[in-house]
Amino acid sequence: MDLMTDLMPAGAEIFMLVMACVILIADLLIKQSGRLVTYMLVQLTLLGCSLITVGTHENGVVYAFNNMFVDDLMSDVLKLLTYLAVSMMLVYSRLYLTVRGLFSGEFMVLALFATLGMMVMISANHFLTLYLGLEVLSLSLYAMVALQRDSAVATEAAMKYFILGALASGLLLYGMSMLYGATGSLELGAVSSAIKSGAADKDLLVFGLVFVVSGLAFKLGVVPFHMWVPDVYHGAPTAMTMLIGSAPKLAAFAFVARILVEGLQPLVQHWSGMLIILAVASMALGNITAIAQTNLKRMLAYSTIAHMGFLLLGLLSGGIEGYGTSMFYAVVYVLMTLGAFGMIMLLSREGFEADTLNDFKGLNQRSPWLAFMMLLLMFSMAGVPPTVGFYAKFSVLNSVVQAGHVWLAVVAVLLSLIGAFYYLRIVKLMYFDAPESHAPIDVRSDSAFLLSVNGLGVLLLGLLPGTLMSVCAVSVQQSLLLH
Amino acid sequence: MIFGLPVISVAIWLPIIFGILVLATGDDKNAPLARILALVGSTLGFLVTIPLYTGFVNDTSEMQFVELHDWIARFNIHYHLGVDGISVLFVLLTAFFTPLVVLAGWQVIEKRVAQYMASFLIMSGVMIGVFAALDSILFYVFWEAMLIPMFLIIGIWGGKNRVYAAVKFFLYTLLGSLLMLVALIYLYNQSGGSFAILDFHKVELPMMAQILIFIAFFFAFAVKVPMFPVHTWLPDAHVEAPTGGSVVLAAIMLKVGAYGFLRFSMPITPDASHQLAGVMIALSLIAVVYIGLVALMQTDMKKLVAYSSISHMGFVTLGFFIFNAYGMEGALLQMISHGFVSGALFLCIGVLYDRMHSRNIADYGGVANTMPVFAAFFMLFAMANVGLPGTSGFVGEFMVILGAVKVNFWYAFTAATTLIFGAAYTLWMYKRVIFGAVANHHVDELIDLTLREKVIFAILAVTVLGMGLYPLPFSEIMHVSVNDLLVHVARSKLPL
Repeated sequence: MDLMTDLMPAGAEIFMLVMACVILIADLLIKQSGRLVTYMLVQLTLLGCSLITVGTHENGVVYAFNNMFVDDLMSDVLKLLTYLAVSMMLVYSRLYLTVRGLFSGEFMVLALFATLGMMVMISANHFLTLYLGLEVLSLSLYAMVALQRDSAVATEAAMKYFILGALASGLLLYGMSMLYGATGSLELGAVSSAIKSGAADKDLLVFGLVFVVSGLAFKLGVVPFHMWVPDVYHGAPTAMTMLIGSAPKLAAFAFVARILVEGLQPLVQHWSGMLIILAVASMALGNITAIAQTNLKRMLAYSTIAHMGFLLLGLLSGGIEGYGTSMFYAVVYVLMTLGAFGMIMLLSREGFEADTLNDFKGLNQRSPWLAFMMLLLMFSMAGVPPTVGFYAKFSVLNSVVQAGHVWLAVVAVLLSLIGAFYYLRIVKLMYFDAPESHAPIDVRSDSAFLLSVNGLGVLLLGLLPGTLMSVCAVSVQQSLLLH
Repeated sequence: MIFGLPVISVAIWLPIIFGILVLATGDDKNAPLARILALVGSTLGFLVTIPLYTGFVNDTSEMQFVELHDWIARFNIHYHLGVDGISVLFVLLTAFFTPLVVLAGWQVIEKRVAQYMASFLIMSGVMIGVFAALDSILFYVFWEAMLIPMFLIIGIWGGKNRVYAAVKFFLYTLLGSLLMLVALIYLYNQSGGSFAILDFHKVELPMMAQILIFIAFFFAFAVKVPMFPVHTWLPDAHVEAPTGGSVVLAAIMLKVGAYGFLRFSMPITPDASHQLAGVMIALSLIAVVYIGLVALMQTDMKKLVAYSSISHMGFVTLGFFIFNAYGMEGALLQMISHGFVSGALFLCIGVLYDRMHSRNIADYGGVANTMPVFAAFFMLFAMANVGLPGTSGFVGEFMVILGAVKVNFWYAFTAATTLIFGAAYTLWMYKRVIFGAVANHHVDELIDLTLREKVIFAILAVTVLGMGLYPLPFSEIMHVSVNDLLVHVARSKLPL
């Protein structure tokens, strides 16, 4: 009985683990021509997970495994969105990977393990669980980037990702150990109350905090810990880039929120100052450097850095409102990123990556519909209404102003003006320039359909953003305990 | 309500829906269908706005035809529309110009016709939204959404240097808008959680905050007007845009900025407005005089009219910031008149450009010999641009100068020099293009206006003359709103 109450909240994770192992074995028996079966199994697993997540949802916050694991509204919402993002990633990348001979069982199983890692990160309530989830995710991603063995760029990217990722994990662990030393606990709630009681050594705490924040910054890819992002985004096959750039950002949001808000809320005046520096530096460097890029994947990497800086703004404003807006921002960001990388994969074909800016020249003449979708995505990333990207920026700015940092809001909008320039350049290339290639684009594939849904979603959510905003706000409100 | 439907929403969404339909006609094989759909959509779009005028109650400054629905409950943002005496005429003006623009591009636009027509229809709906929005976030959404079609119009169908002009246009205006967004969010937090523009009017603000907000709004609106010294995007955008784009830019988009001053800057930050009125007046007078002189030196007709627009808009901002009824009403009339006149002038230049593919004044001469009907229309619009009594251009300028005399003789004196400069640059251009001997064989081969063009110009000519001879229908509708605005602006909003 006692075991069951522990297992129930983690039902989706257990199902995911079992299915990943089952698929790993089943895939051995499937020939390359039948790989679609594996693919369908993976999609079904994700569907199953979402049913379980919905089914095991309970009102309020449920702790399991001696408070190591938490099941609350925020984790359920984020998990559902994670499944959706991973599933979309698989649809987008199926053809791309097939042409490149990467559409293998390993890829899909690794994607499932990465998802499992994200799920654990989202539901963790303990430094160890957090770390465990993070490593499951990271190790799967390292392997996925390296999956294209004979590509020198991809291998280099994987090495870089692995070494810097390991360094970041080290920093994070070191910080956690100090927090443990100061508070005598690894459980987030206990850490928080220990700090609040005043018994913990303040110097040690702040010291530990610095390391934890650095580790988090590494994982989020914000300046000055961003060096890996452009190389990995650029070097990895686009499908892997899409996975790295999308769903893990949701997990990363949960990760940061759990540690900083649930665990270290009493130190808010210390970490919010650090986040301001990280956020402003990221927005500045990301947006300015992105202008100079000629490779779209690299440009999107720098744009990610800038977006992560914006996401931090919501967190540092330090109220429950702000955390909700950060979550909204993360969700919107993932939606836009999926679309943008989906477009790159849709335009690519055998032996051609379509990842330079020039490959987008004259897209409006080749396929007006796809060009329009990309236009929506780009304007959304730039934060121009009536797309949803505007509301993401708007709600974050609102919480920044609410926290009394009007100057920070002004800095943020000025930097996003710089950002608008390079998104605008894509639109310019698509609409104002003549095409360089007239290769036909397959607009009847499943990924083209998904891209249309994705692009129109960005517009529709822009016209009616209220529901998603409320979902994010409510789930954060009901989940993050402000001790 | 018409047929049980809210008028303003119909006016906004009807053109947008038609725009989407036009887009759906696809590639240029179906161009005739796209054109007809666009004409039907834009004409209907104008017809549905007429009840706004006929049903308008003149003796109140309250918002009329109000629509209020929840939109984003979390931030207390509403789908809140309505018009008062200040905004209603601009809604009509916007809807009025869309069919003309569609007609003007009827034959000239040959590539991607559907996209061209759809851009204008969608933009028309969005611009009406800007004038009718009473919730500041709704306003902001329309305000920014307006940029996207215009960006595409300039960039796809524009002249040689179109990409530079389009990007410059977009970034310039985005800079202003983003600062405005921060100001709106700040006001939201000060007003106790409301984004309604009318609630913003009531918020008490200390002087420092008022000045900063005024500056933020200034960036947004001054760029659009455009005021000196942030006007440099306009000549580029105008020159590179296709005829329709120039018409909409001059006739409507510039008015959006001036409208913003009336709806946001002045009522929300009245004390800062008074404090900074000197600066605003100085900038306006610089625009009137200096830009007038710049216009004199232009060799490109479109550039000349573009500079003339900036100079005329200087009159508008001057009229606002002298804070009296003559000035403000005159400025509003000037905005409407300038809409008609500059739109007409750009159409005139478009007619010449379609035939000769040149905007250089030097390439013309003696056009009156080959296009007499055109020359007559062009003369009328040129005179209206100068501000000849009897044309619409006279009414507004006269009232603004009258208002300025009451405040300071030298303001009025400086502003009145425009009557000389304006006459000089407009008539000199007219003389060089139209009169004289036939300059070259290209001019000799010119064909006079087609029926389609005659219809466009006849409509505009009637309006310009009508407004000049009998401006009452225009001024009576705005009278009460203007007076109430002035009363509101005269009250200090500083916390006691």
